[in-house]
Amino acid sequence: MTELTNQTIAQALEGLKKKQFSAKELTEAHIKVMEETRHLNAYITETPEQALEAAQESDKKITAGDMRPLEGIPIGMKDLFCTKGVRTTAASKILGNFVPQYESTVSGKMLADGAVILGKTNLDEFAMGSSNTTSAFGNVISPWKRSDGSNADLVPGGSSGGSSAAVSARSCMAATGTDTGGSIRQPAAFCGIAGIKPTYGRCSRWGVIAFASSLDQPGIFARDVKDCAIVLKSMSGHDPKDSTSANKPVPEFAAALTGNVKGLKVGIPKEYNVEGMPAEITAIWQKGMDWLKTGGAEIVDISLPHTKYALPTYYIIAPAECSSNLARYDGVRYGLRVDGENLNDMYGKSRAAGFGNEVTRRILIGTYVLSSGYYDAYYIKAQKLRRLIYEDFINAYQKCDVILTPTAPSAAFAIGENDDDPLKMYLNDVFTVPASLAGIPGMSVPAGLDAQGLPLGLQILGRHWDEETVFRVSDFIETAAAFDAVPQMVKKAA
Amino acid sequence: MAEIVKGETGDWEIVIGMEVHAQITSQSKLFSGAATAFGAEPNSQVSFVDAAMPGMLPVLNQYCVEQAIRTGLGLNAQINMTSVFERKNYFYPDLPQGYQISQFQHPIVGEGEIEIDLSDGTVKPIRIERLHMEQDAGKSLHDQHPTKSFVDLNRSGTALMEIVSRPDIRGAEEAAAYLSKLRMILRYLGTCDGNMDEGSMRADVNLSMRRVGEEKLGTRCEIKNVNSIKAVQMAIAYESRRQVEVLENGGTIKQETRLWDPAKGETRSMRSKEEAHDYRYFPDPDLLPLVLQPQLVEKIEASLPELPDQKKHRFMSEFGLGAYDASVLIAERSRADFFEQAAKGRNAKLVANWLLNELLALLNKEGKSIAESPISAAHLGQLVGLISDNTISGKIAKDVFADMFASGKDASQIVEEKGLKQVTDTGAIEKTIDEVLAENADKVGEFRSGKDKLFGFFVGQVMKKSGGKLNPSAVNDILMAKLKS
Repeated sequence: MTELTNQTIAQALEGLKKKQFSAKELTEAHIKVMEETRHLNAYITETPEQALEAAQESDKKITAGDMRPLEGIPIGMKDLFCTKGVRTTAASKILGNFVPQYESTVSGKMLADGAVILGKTNLDEFAMGSSNTTSAFGNVISPWKRSDGSNADLVPGGSSGGSSAAVSARSCMAATGTDTGGSIRQPAAFCGIAGIKPTYGRCSRWGVIAFASSLDQPGIFARDVKDCAIVLKSMSGHDPKDSTSANKPVPEFAAALTGNVKGLKVGIPKEYNVEGMPAEITAIWQKGMDWLKTGGAEIVDISLPHTKYALPTYYIIAPAECSSNLARYDGVRYGLRVDGENLNDMYGKSRAAGFGNEVTRRILIGTYVLSSGYYDAYYIKAQKLRRLIYEDFINAYQKCDVILTPTAPSAAFAIGENDDDPLKMYLNDVFTVPASLAGIPGMSVPAGLDAQGLPLGLQILGRHWDEETVFRVSDFIETAAAFDAVPQMVKKAA
Repeated sequence: MAEIVKGETGDWEIVIGMEVHAQITSQSKLFSGAATAFGAEPNSQVSFVDAAMPGMLPVLNQYCVEQAIRTGLGLNAQINMTSVFERKNYFYPDLPQGYQISQFQHPIVGEGEIEIDLSDGTVKPIRIERLHMEQDAGKSLHDQHPTKSFVDLNRSGTALMEIVSRPDIRGAEEAAAYLSKLRMILRYLGTCDGNMDEGSMRADVNLSMRRVGEEKLGTRCEIKNVNSIKAVQMAIAYESRRQVEVLENGGTIKQETRLWDPAKGETRSMRSKEEAHDYRYFPDPDLLPLVLQPQLVEKIEASLPELPDQKKHRFMSEFGLGAYDASVLIAERSRADFFEQAAKGRNAKLVANWLLNELLALLNKEGKSIAESPISAAHLGQLVGLISDNTISGKIAKDVFADMFASGKDASQIVEEKGLKQVTDTGAIEKTIDEVLAENADKVGEFRSGKDKLFGFFVGQVMKKSGGKLNPSAVNDILMAKLKS
């Protein structure tokens, strides 16, 4: 680790502006870490040449005094965002060597703002998973290790595990994610970094490979809350090409970080105090409340009564949408094709060879719940519950401005630990899924370490379109927690 | 007129409901900006959305929505202010998304009604159940290669309206009349070109049989691939007989989809109810519910053209035309417009006769549409004007008309150039008559001795000598007077 890779985006922009270093140097430093940390498998495709070209372009802009908001900032792009001319895989075999002829709206906006894309980061196949163990390109390994000397490889969280691992390992300054049920917030917590899923509709989904359209939302990982605010500003905004993107003005998110939470009402949902929650999680949650109280915020007990239905609801709606969204991968026009004796045989063989187990499982569940005779009992009921969960939040926000919860019910687990038990794996999302169903913004900030030295995150949920308050509270907690732990390997490199 | 099928054991009634797919007239597709022109090079009108590339999203074409509303209003139907697009899931190579975006539980248009005109001069209302919007699929080509199928996605994503009738149709004639009237309304509205041979209007026929007097509906079969009005009639004739035969032989009709084979002139089973797809409809999460503003519907309503039935009734009352003439005139909007233009300030009935009996016959013979007519509406009106004010006779008018059709010149010019103006001057008429009588003194004698029939001969000679230009009634009067004197 060099000084160049150990700074925030805000600092780097300042350094670039003052010509303390060039964008090329900044990019080269991160490429070097990317190469040194290849064993983490955080990137599926590295694009160092394009990155250096972009960095040189940035240097010209800087010299011309024409700096853009993300000028020269090396980032990772979750390999679910289509990137023009760069292979995009969704971590699935079914896409083969698919190279999009178009740039997703979000990556396009970031490029237009001067960001330098170092590569496409690994993820769970089609973003389906909570541990980044379902990727057809192999597991991502967290840069973190338990302090008990076990040396077991840990999961970085999922589905955006490549992005969280890369930011945590310092191989990029920020990385995009998508969050369908917690795929940004949970990996952020596992990797000890900040990550935000904005309000559904804040960032365009155009060019983002779909998992569950009514839940998918792009967002960002970075080392701290302010960096998230800076980058999210660039990613956000109305896109006429996405009918679900909202035509709302995008605030200057970074300006919301006032450090002041005085008078804010912070809701604590009693339903999130789940049975069997590790004491360490309860303790970090309590710490969060104490910090906010000290800062002058008011802690309010709230109830989100339908919380217990969130996971079953999610695991009906998300697979239902996924079963339909993934129907286009049929081997006819692009991607993997395995020839068969006839059309149906070709479909069957191509999809069987192209999709991994978790994706197959969800397609099957989704197909089942939408089938004639089951639709009302599953899909319609789930939609009704989703409405009730949404209303839970609307009602809660009558009483409070933000909601504070743990991000996940545990710290990162070892690779393979939950593999044989999908249900246990799904429980990882218990605190993140309700916000996804309601479409509200949520952020995870690192708040401390558990007994084994692994990071624990706190989740801050806000009202629809009120990312500003989410950022303000998150930033306050980040400061109060003074979280400065980094993975052993990062320390060693330094 | 309900058609009765006479069976061995009694009379059977045909019960039909129709599903018509009408391609919406629009420059671009329902959810993408790709063009929709017919007959383009394969796969030349395909956007990333139409090809269902990863990450692509549909955006609803506002113009297509307006076209659907316009059609709904033209069908006297309920416009639903909120409607929902759903996904109809099935796998097929010409369906790139693996689902068709359609409307299922909440269509944009609800119940309506149109009138059909039957050959016995009666009018029958047919109820419309619904109209919904959906994407068309692409086209699979199986005849391009011995072992491979090709796919053309030009049509993929094109906007369709599916118009579903109630089972109010009672036979082939009514079915044909329904399709004709529906096509006429769509063409008047400009929402579908109605060209069945280009596939921009396609019909599925749901047919069941029941004994005359029975209230309960029988089990129906859906007949697909009936792509002309004639094919619809033939398919109904075949299928109704087939079902009666099955029923009378003690069998039951299985609910199934059948394919019309125009070459063999028969329907055959395509798939049974049990084999039917489970389409797993659910609301498309990429699209918000379609909520219409009342002002939009009002604006479209205010801009609706006069519809065929309204026009027919107006032609009858305003111009004194008979129901049949009026219905032929309104069958095409361009024809009705032509008529109204020609009839302006003229004898409308006479204009209608000339248009229906002469011009349309000639155009038809030459395979031309009214828009391609060498005789303009104004010129036809002028011709009728010249007849009405006795400038030319009806007989001369036929020659002038033929000349107009061939040359494109107007009637006055031809009359002037060829000196065809009718002579009404008594002196000139008398002179010609005198000459004819002098040349045929023998025949004059015969006439006077009682051979009355020769009168026609004299008239013919007079007209021949004058080149037909003499006013016929004046010729009659003067000739009679002279012969009898």
